[in-house]
Amino acid sequence: MRNTFIGRNPSILIFLAVLAVFTIAITFMSEAFGAGVISTSFVKTLGKTLCLALVAVAMDLIWGYAGILSLGHFAFFGLGGYMIGMWLMYERTKEIVAGSMAGNPIPPTEQEIVDGIGTQIFGVVGSSEFPIIWMFADSLFLQLALVVLVPGLLALVFGWLAFRSRVTGVYLSILTQAMTLALSLYLFQNDSGLRGNNGLSGLQNLPGVTASQDFVSIWFFWASALALAVGYIFAAWIVSGKFGSVIRGIRDNEARVRFLGYSVEGYKLFLFTVTAMIAGIAGALYYPQAGIINPAEIAPIASIYLAVWVAIGGRGRLYGAVIGAVFVSLVSTFFTGGQAPDINLGFYTIQWVDWWTILLGLSFVFVTLFAPKGIGGLFDLIADRRHPDRHGADLGPDKGSLQEREATE
Amino acid sequence: MLKRLVVVVLALVCLGTQIVAQDTQNGDTETGTDLGPMQQVLQANAEIIVESSRRTIQPAIDAVANSGLEAAPFVLGTWQDRDMWQRVSDGLFFKVEKSGSDYELTDFDTGEVLARVTKDDIEQIKPNSGIRGLIATALVTFQLNDPDPAKRREALDSLERNANADLLGPLRDSIETEDNPTIRARKERLEKLITITYGDDPEARIAAIEAMAGDLGVDVRAALNPLVATRTRAFDGEVPESVNVAKILRPGTDDLSREDAYALTDGEPLLTDDALRGVLQANIVDGQVGGIPVAELSDPARRIAAFEALEAAGTVPAAATEADVDAAIATKVFASVYAEPNPDITAAANRALGRIETKVGLNQVLDLGLDALSLASIYFLAAIGLAITFGVMGVINMAHGEFIMMGAYTGYVVQQIIPNHTTSIIVAIPLAFAVTFAAGVAMERLVIRWLYNRPLETLLATFGISIALQQLAKNIFGTQARPLTSPDWLGGAWVLNDVVSISTVRIAIFVLALIFLAVFLFIMKRTRLGLETRAVTQNPGMAGAMGINPGRVNMLTFGLGSGIAGIAGVAIGLYAQVTSEIGQAYIVQSFMTVVVGGVGNIWGTLLGAGLIGSLHKGIEWFNPSNTLAAQTYMIIFIIIFIQFRPRGIIALKGRAAGD
Repeated sequence: MRNTFIGRNPSILIFLAVLAVFTIAITFMSEAFGAGVISTSFVKTLGKTLCLALVAVAMDLIWGYAGILSLGHFAFFGLGGYMIGMWLMYERTKEIVAGSMAGNPIPPTEQEIVDGIGTQIFGVVGSSEFPIIWMFADSLFLQLALVVLVPGLLALVFGWLAFRSRVTGVYLSILTQAMTLALSLYLFQNDSGLRGNNGLSGLQNLPGVTASQDFVSIWFFWASALALAVGYIFAAWIVSGKFGSVIRGIRDNEARVRFLGYSVEGYKLFLFTVTAMIAGIAGALYYPQAGIINPAEIAPIASIYLAVWVAIGGRGRLYGAVIGAVFVSLVSTFFTGGQAPDINLGFYTIQWVDWWTILLGLSFVFVTLFAPKGIGGLFDLIADRRHPDRHGADLGPDKGSLQEREATE
Repeated sequence: MLKRLVVVVLALVCLGTQIVAQDTQNGDTETGTDLGPMQQVLQANAEIIVESSRRTIQPAIDAVANSGLEAAPFVLGTWQDRDMWQRVSDGLFFKVEKSGSDYELTDFDTGEVLARVTKDDIEQIKPNSGIRGLIATALVTFQLNDPDPAKRREALDSLERNANADLLGPLRDSIETEDNPTIRARKERLEKLITITYGDDPEARIAAIEAMAGDLGVDVRAALNPLVATRTRAFDGEVPESVNVAKILRPGTDDLSREDAYALTDGEPLLTDDALRGVLQANIVDGQVGGIPVAELSDPARRIAAFEALEAAGTVPAAATEADVDAAIATKVFASVYAEPNPDITAAANRALGRIETKVGLNQVLDLGLDALSLASIYFLAAIGLAITFGVMGVINMAHGEFIMMGAYTGYVVQQIIPNHTTSIIVAIPLAFAVTFAAGVAMERLVIRWLYNRPLETLLATFGISIALQQLAKNIFGTQARPLTSPDWLGGAWVLNDVVSISTVRIAIFVLALIFLAVFLFIMKRTRLGLETRAVTQNPGMAGAMGINPGRVNMLTFGLGSGIAGIAGVAIGLYAQVTSEIGQAYIVQSFMTVVVGGVGNIWGTLLGAGLIGSLHKGIEWFNPSNTLAAQTYMIIFIIIFIQFRPRGIIALKGRAAGD
């Protein structure tokens, strides 16, 4: 028992149990299957939060374990959303167009329906032609495949270019940020074929489903929980074996791992691509719950927020990423949703809608300075699992378990 | 003066006697002696003036225009404006202005108000638009020869707006007597332009076209382009000699599609999908069309079958088949034809346009170069602070953009307090430096110095500061853009010609960038601080051993980099709107500039800014309508560029490179 995968990672069982209890509890409190204590929109918020937790796990794999601070994973997340959004929007518009044409005296041809869909979808950007990237939009299976393939391919090409020229550290971060910026600027154009800054909308309506949003929201909630569970186990499996040891080694000292004969670039590229795919899946589950996706979602700042969640939750431990994403995004919803009470200082009233971002920014600085292990570090205190005293300041997870003396040599 | 008076008096006498003679001949009861000379001229032509017919009015206008009287333009202007009225009692003409319920009569000769009358006493002369056009032509002569240069310029302005063939004569006549060289040049230019469009002598037109061939003015191209405008026409057999053919077109090529060619012939209409559906819809009988059930008509092939059945039954007229189209096209010759019948003129216009295009192209390249230079200096300004904090110290400061924003807002606040724009800019620049220097030092002391060994975490911590500062600016200044007005002496533009121009603000930013470069080089190479900074950057331990306080040096260097960002903020705010997101727009480009140029070398930053600026403008040139695409492709180019020179254009070597 001790040597099994689960035995070596008892946190997986705890995590899955907590997730299962949470999912069942929410189901029984929802409007669709239970008491109706929590609203459908809040179920959607929770479902979206689980998707964010999944992309945070991916971010933790690439940053917390491999030491690559990618500022591009939210772009992969958005791409996944765009891929599923294309199918949702196409099929949904097809239903509407076919419905409106059914009344015609002469039944419409296939071509007329497609033209009608094109006019409906691309009317806002002054076009009615389907761009070539929509060629698979009528096939759910192919679009689902693209959810994984498009972010994966982009990550593969970009990662191959970046890693082979040995771009590391902050340079890589800036380069990934540039990639994200380029992608979002590209999508902002009207002739990008994805409706420019209008983005794709009406994604909450599942084609061919007549059930109310109460049920659809809980289905997506279940799907998100399942995806998070599978993604978590997969991530834990990746980092638990020899592969995990190698990528941790790359994080701590890339040159040494290379001299030991490992193909550092190959490991990095594999992890970069796989995490991009996970991000794409998370995005494909997130945006049908959000209902709309536009290029602003992909802006570089979103990817930096992703890093913020992981840092606050605690890098280098998977549950830390989940905790960070859930905690920060729910607290954000609380403060920016206008639910937090204003604080009256007498001379000035603090309205949290305005001041929350400042609080978040500053708390981020405090976490970086004073609690580099994040919220996850609290679990160490409970487990009373302390690092051995190695006579030197801890450099934080960035330089792994190295002492300060070793690190600067 | 005296001489002119004498001339006028003489002219008056002469005219007076003439008109008296005429009057006595006509047996008119009016006596010319107590009327002004202009009134006499008008009375002599009273009949045709009152008749107001386009065909007969010309002698009256000529009489007024050629009278040589000073009042002539006044009369013509009044007449044109429909303000000339005739008094019923004695038939005299006056300028009439309504004042209250009454009408004031102004005498044309003296310009004095003679009487106030009611509407019943007078009758309006109503020239139609044709007559007003004739009057305007006559007026132009006066305006073009007006002694006041401002009036002459006005006349030219109006000529440029609505030129026509009739104005050519007066314009040509006025060139001879023009003594102001700039106005004369304008007149000559305008004369050529009008000749190109309206001249009736082909030789003169070709000469005018050739004379204007090197001119970059938009109006020249506007005059030439209609000459080479073509339209596609279909001819039976040979194209007639009288037609000025630009090109013979073959149907089915890129120049002319088969459908377009067929549309030019007079065959039966092609059956479009919409028309087919309409025809079928109109012929539904018992749920069937031509024997085919309606439900099957979602198939295009069945639709055609249904139509053919209808056609065979004679229910609908036949539509053109492919064979019909081919046959119809085969009988015709298609050509694009110039509207201008004279081939010499179109050839000359084409040549001139070609020369102009070449010249415009060259000038556009020059203009693009200037644009690129100006953009490069903006990037350089934004990046130079970063070149210190990131390039020299190796600190990733994501809040650098917010320091730029702080500088811009400092400029805005100073302008609210000091209304004089010049003074406020002079005050704002050092103040912005002071504010951002203080902010930079505070940030270095409080946050960054704890993180020197953890660059990735510096990135995240400074990002936290960045979003906090941005939101703080939003809370204080609101989300709308705040203007930072540049002083008047920066408001203009340096215009070389119609194509090449650059605004003065951009020149100022370019100069500022050069000054910063000099200041940076001076501080780094010639001062104690620069020496200590370089020492601490290379080896903090060794520098400490030599008695340098690394903490203090780091603090000052970081403050310097931040302060320069603040000044850059003032400069950028002058030409862009100040918002809380102004820094965001530059942060990624700034990092790119430093990375592409080569970290730790100011010349690299300069080259990086130049490369990115010219690249940006160059890509924009290919697709001018789309700046977003230009940015996208630029970033992709940079990512690829990093592949080949991972350490930038100028890579540090040896010990200076650190790792």
